[in-house]
Amino acid sequence: MANVKIPIGPQHPALKEPESFTITLNGETIISMDVRLGYNHRGIEKACEERNYIQAMYLVERVCGICSHSHSTCFIQAVEEIAGLAVPPRAQYIRTIIAELERIHSHLLWLGVAGHEIGFDTLLMYAWRDREAVMDTLAALTGNRVNYGINTIGGVRRDISPEQLAGLLKTMDVLEERTKYYIEVASQEITLIKRLSGVGYLAHEDAVKLGAVGPTARASAVDRDIRRDDPYIAYKDLDFKVITDTHNDVYGRTLVRVGELMQCYNMIRQLVAKIPDGPVTVKAPRKIPAGEAFSRYEAPRGEDVHYVKANGTDKAERVKIRAPTLANLQSVAKMMENNRLADVPIIIAAIDPCFSCTDRMVRIHDAGHGRQETLSWQALHTYSLDWHRKQGIDFKALNAKLSRRMKL
Amino acid sequence: MALALFHLLIFPGFLFLFVFALAMEFVDRKLYARLQNRVGPPWFQPFADFIKLSAKEDIVPEKADAIMFRLMPVFALAAVVTAFFYIPMWGPQALFSFSGDLIVVIYLLTIPTLTFFLAGWHSTSLFSMIGATRTLTQLFAYEVPLFMAILAPALLANTWSLSAMTVFYDQHPAYAGLNVIGFIVALIALQGKLERVPFDIPEAETEIVGGTFTEYSGRLLALFRLAIDIEAVVGASLIAAVFLPFGFGLGAAGGFVIYVVKVLIIIALLALLRTVLARLRIEQMVIFCWKVVAPAALLQLLINLILSGVLRS
Repeated sequence: MANVKIPIGPQHPALKEPESFTITLNGETIISMDVRLGYNHRGIEKACEERNYIQAMYLVERVCGICSHSHSTCFIQAVEEIAGLAVPPRAQYIRTIIAELERIHSHLLWLGVAGHEIGFDTLLMYAWRDREAVMDTLAALTGNRVNYGINTIGGVRRDISPEQLAGLLKTMDVLEERTKYYIEVASQEITLIKRLSGVGYLAHEDAVKLGAVGPTARASAVDRDIRRDDPYIAYKDLDFKVITDTHNDVYGRTLVRVGELMQCYNMIRQLVAKIPDGPVTVKAPRKIPAGEAFSRYEAPRGEDVHYVKANGTDKAERVKIRAPTLANLQSVAKMMENNRLADVPIIIAAIDPCFSCTDRMVRIHDAGHGRQETLSWQALHTYSLDWHRKQGIDFKALNAKLSRRMKL
Repeated sequence: MALALFHLLIFPGFLFLFVFALAMEFVDRKLYARLQNRVGPPWFQPFADFIKLSAKEDIVPEKADAIMFRLMPVFALAAVVTAFFYIPMWGPQALFSFSGDLIVVIYLLTIPTLTFFLAGWHSTSLFSMIGATRTLTQLFAYEVPLFMAILAPALLANTWSLSAMTVFYDQHPAYAGLNVIGFIVALIALQGKLERVPFDIPEAETEIVGGTFTEYSGRLLALFRLAIDIEAVVGASLIAAVFLPFGFGLGAAGGFVIYVVKVLIIIALLALLRTVLARLRIEQMVIFCWKVVAPAALLQLLINLILSGVLRS
């Protein structure tokens, strides 16, 4: 069979979000891969500049559906640093508890998705059933299963009662037992090991060179974790191990994530034991003084980076978000080399991708002519107005009508 | 004439097979769900799916070969229904039988796989074509072990007719116990034939969308799915007839109940297999079939050859 180009995406059952991977195949073997990003661009960074800090925080929380707390905490750390706010220790502990619960639910979710990608739906059903325990705990602590909204500038919005802390410990015991079972499955189930080991190989040097982050890098023996290397919130008080693995493949990435789950349970037990008393928030100013800050955070998927520039008003001048998936995407092309078509879904899934968090621009790509262009914000605005005018919708008249109604 | 038509169309022909196959699909789905800690579908779900699919629009891709595209589901269905008539079910005698019907049944059960290949190939979609090539690659891996596994008991019984074989094992029940390896091989091969986990490589949805059936919709897809359901029942009946030839002396009603129980056991074993395993890669599947399953089938063949030599002398 001659070389065939297979489109994986923008719409494909293996992908949970639209993204395009064009794979060149010789028979079943992958020759090369081409990634196209930009199907999910939502203009969040720009939108943050038009809202005040509290509104922007809620917006940033919605960058990602899974690691929402990561983004909101990362953003707020930068804002608090500029404002010079001292966050009360109890608030920091609560933030850390939510952060670790989020990691648990993200890793359990990943385990299920990985099972589904290799046709092991039983693992998907089991992992997601157990994930419900974390989701329920999060709902009990914050009021929401996702997008917890617990952060506020200068602290957290809700305190955790002693009963809730006791309940938390019980959940950890249940989950620890379940996770031990998954470790057993991962080390004994033959078809699972056959499908995962040796797949998506990323050598240690390549992981360093391509700037991989999070579990993807740690499975290639890159000993890097922001929680230990540059402690934030309450991580400096905690005793934990950074899990690394030398398998360098998808199997290693699975082991790292399952190992991290065990660490999470331990960390939450320490947090519950050590949580100090005191207020959970300090009063924060509406206007943040001019300045800039750079904040790092170890999200479940890897290092998340936020940059905030304040100009003395109640709105940020510039917000820059770099989600971990962007850092890991470069290594996917490397992992694909010499693998089979059957391994494509699991290799992509193994970095735990979150494409909507990653996309920062739209590139217009004319498939028929191969023409490409990039539009500026202003050009896109004008283009949109012109397009609607051609359809017979004139916003000038509509705006005038609306403003007249508002006056009445 | 009227009786023959009744046999063909109603019982134990098409209508019975239709209801039985969909009921077995329900059992399979419910078991699969319960083993995965899910609730699972209600009993009428397979019927509802069939009716709903039948009511949907048939879309034939522009570039596809329309005649082949439409004919293949009918071929698949016809082949599996025909195979059913030669398999002994509740009595040791099948509805029709002749010397050599064993080969015909195995041949008829290969036809659906070939129609999957042709259907995928004539869909001219990339995913279908990859699915089609995978179907054919897989066929060569499991078909030979299946042939050997089913021929081994026939060697021992010294006949090429399924009905005669069942009569032989009914008279010498102890010999049936010697075919255990063949039974396991046949179960694995049937799982491959039905393209289910761990052998659902030709229609691995996370890799190649719907595989062979990517372009199928509406009535044609409903027919294909019905053909696969019936193939499962016919395959299970074949295994039951060849490897579990007990309980024929209980009259018509008793025999029928025992037959249903046998099919249920085989369907449950297949459901268990797909619950506890992950999907293999195509080359892993081929290696597994040739290095493990085929030698096991050969071993069974060897045992039965020696035994039949001992018995005759």
